[in-house]
Amino acid sequence: MEVGLKMGFEETELRLGLPGGGEGGEVVRKRGFSETVDLKLNLSSSKQDTSGMDPNDEKVTGLNKEKNLLLSATDPAKPPAKAQVVGWPPVRSFRKNILATAIRKSGSDESSGEKVAFVKVSMDGAPYLRKVDLRMYTSYHQLSDALAKMFSYFTIGNCGSQGLKDFMNESKLMDLLNGSDYVPTYEDKDGDWMLVGDVPWEMFVESCKRLRIMKGTEAIGLAPKAVEKCKKMS
Amino acid sequence: MCVVFSFLFGLSLMHKKMEFPFPDEVLEHIFSFIQSDKDRNSVSMVCKSWYEIERWCRRKVFVGNCYAVSPRMVSRRFPEFRSIELKGKPHFADFNLVPDGWGGYVFPWIVEMAGAFPWLEEIKLKRMVVTDESLELIAKSFKKVKVLVLSSCEGFSTDGLGAIAASCKNLEELDLVDCEVDDLSGHWLSHFPESYTSLVSLNISCLVSDEVSFSALERLVGRCTNLRTLRLNRAVPLDKVADILRRAPQLVEFGTGTYAAELRPDVYSDLAGAFSSCKELKSLSGFWDVVPDYLPAIYPVCSKLTSLNLSYATIQSPELIKLVSHCPNLQRLLVLDYIEDSGLEALASSCKDLQELRVFPSDPYGVEPNVSLTERGLVAVSSGCPKLMSVLYFCRQMSNEALVTIAKNRPNFTRFRLCIIEPRTADYLTHEPLDVGFGAIVQYCKELQRLSLSGLLTDRVFEYIGKYAKKLEMLSVAFAGDSDLGLHHVLSGCESLRKLEIRDCPFGDKALLANAARLETMRSLWMSSCAVSFGACKLLGQKMPRLNVEVIDERGPPDSRPESCPVDKLYIYRTIAGPRFDMPPFVWTMEDDPSLLLS
Repeated sequence: MEVGLKMGFEETELRLGLPGGGEGGEVVRKRGFSETVDLKLNLSSSKQDTSGMDPNDEKVTGLNKEKNLLLSATDPAKPPAKAQVVGWPPVRSFRKNILATAIRKSGSDESSGEKVAFVKVSMDGAPYLRKVDLRMYTSYHQLSDALAKMFSYFTIGNCGSQGLKDFMNESKLMDLLNGSDYVPTYEDKDGDWMLVGDVPWEMFVESCKRLRIMKGTEAIGLAPKAVEKCKKMS
Repeated sequence: MCVVFSFLFGLSLMHKKMEFPFPDEVLEHIFSFIQSDKDRNSVSMVCKSWYEIERWCRRKVFVGNCYAVSPRMVSRRFPEFRSIELKGKPHFADFNLVPDGWGGYVFPWIVEMAGAFPWLEEIKLKRMVVTDESLELIAKSFKKVKVLVLSSCEGFSTDGLGAIAASCKNLEELDLVDCEVDDLSGHWLSHFPESYTSLVSLNISCLVSDEVSFSALERLVGRCTNLRTLRLNRAVPLDKVADILRRAPQLVEFGTGTYAAELRPDVYSDLAGAFSSCKELKSLSGFWDVVPDYLPAIYPVCSKLTSLNLSYATIQSPELIKLVSHCPNLQRLLVLDYIEDSGLEALASSCKDLQELRVFPSDPYGVEPNVSLTERGLVAVSSGCPKLMSVLYFCRQMSNEALVTIAKNRPNFTRFRLCIIEPRTADYLTHEPLDVGFGAIVQYCKELQRLSLSGLLTDRVFEYIGKYAKKLEMLSVAFAGDSDLGLHHVLSGCESLRKLEIRDCPFGDKALLANAARLETMRSLWMSSCAVSFGACKLLGQKMPRLNVEVIDERGPPDSRPESCPVDKLYIYRTIAGPRFDMPPFVWTMEDDPSLLLS
């Protein structure tokens, strides 16, 4: 284990002032550029936000939690079901998908269905497609939040969770479809286009091949199925 | 190359002194021996006349970041190039960290070249968005195109491929590596006319449709007698493989389709016979859905194999051991972690020529290990394979002791990528961070060009990296470090660093701003889920006009939040083309204008 190095921080020449330490800490700069930069600008001086650099800060971890569903690093016992972190481990999508379908084809009982479910999402009027992994979410609510964020620049109306809940209510459904709001629809395994929200979540994940967020008025043709189902459920 | 270079150096001195002014043709002839991009760039900086001569005779152009320069700039400087290689999205796009729509469109490049370079012969694209429209324009504009390589590209369908097949009569190589293709059907293959026979290399392994036109494929293979490389996709059933191989026994590289079929002796003997007739085979891949009983069909060719890609083969360790023990000349192996430590130990004893090993996880999201693959396998290979230079290894446990042993065994590593699946996993023996282990890797492996870190790591590991990794060109970091000091060590110490990609590390403004000048000497820096504030991004953009500082944030405009708020994703790259204009709404390029400091 001898690497032959003695690396105490006190031996390094540089001390970058850590947030909250002294008056912003000493900063020894090697680069000429630094002379032109006032590192106090909006950084250490701004309110209580030396926190921008503190990894334990609420804001940063809050951001991480929101985006990446990270587990606490201090948690020693691994929980049975893990939230997936985006892009980790760094395995490319085509590898993940192939393994999932290989396990399925070989009839193995180990896998409880595909581990990933990437589907393309298009939105009427948006110039490019997005992709989502449906396995990242556990409910329609989460999916609709994610979609709303992705396409927030194009949403005129409300494509949020409230919109999806409205599917369960027949009269609100008709209002939604008659309005200029956007409505998420999906193509299922049989090639039929359905309104998102009309089947239990797990069933939806298994059968959804692609998503399309279309204008409410255009989705009217899909309404009868959804309305029927609403009636059956209520 | 060194000999040529010192010769050139002497030549340049003489030329400068005007003692022996060489005619341009002589210099051009000498330059034609210089293929490497780096060397050509050096040559062009000797003096103005060398710059001029070089630019007129550069035949291969490499653009590592398609936004570093504009298509017009390239075509103006190199009026006679025949081959272009372009790279688009940052590497982390492979792991879905770059939102769709970010950019990397090839179309403007094709448009620029279509008019001025009708003699273009090679187009190689990586991580770019390629539309059917772009492919159609290629097919229409470049009648002489010989090589089309699309690597990790997306945005096109088999219709676009059909256009290429129909029009590119001189096409020799069509290579689709890990692309996302809208596979509408296999009929595009029949767009290759019956008169077309020039195919040398065809790789369609990434096409996902269940349909493929077998008769078109067989006829194509049969009439293209120069075919050396053929990589089929999963849709091609095993019983068709024999037919195809019999039509192309000259193949050097072959990728099967699905390697599963009902167990039938006639299918087996057909297959084994077909493989036996391929005397030139050196590389095999494919092997989706392997039925182990069919594996021995390839034994006749194993002794000559130098490259084997079993990374889709869901077979267990005993079968893998049997297979690799038949391949003593193996140089490159891609495999799933089903190989286990025992399989790697067998590999270490049979394959002494091994240079590259990649072990992929069969169950990347499982919490508990599903296979017995640990640090032991990597230690075994590193001690048994003296030529091993490049490693990509996914595992669930590691120790500093193992890493130090590996480093001491294999100081010739040039690429070392270790992924311990659970973020921030400590040394499983001592529960310490893995700083010392990775420190040993960079200390002993003096030629290391590429490194990926994982496990529990403090700022210390970056201190080691900054101190020792002087030849390191690319570094990938995730869930590591304690403070800005970590990033500072890397940026200030790693002199050869060109690409740095970081995610989920507590690195913020100070290290970035203190090393801003360094960023201009690198190709790019990616930081996501770190602690860089919007204010710092703006500052960097303002102060460094030759950098594009892109803030990528799907939460909405960064100026709708306090300046001290960290940005979600940050992509910084040097450029002489200025800010780009093809950005989606969730990407902002920080302004160059210093007057905005006041707003």
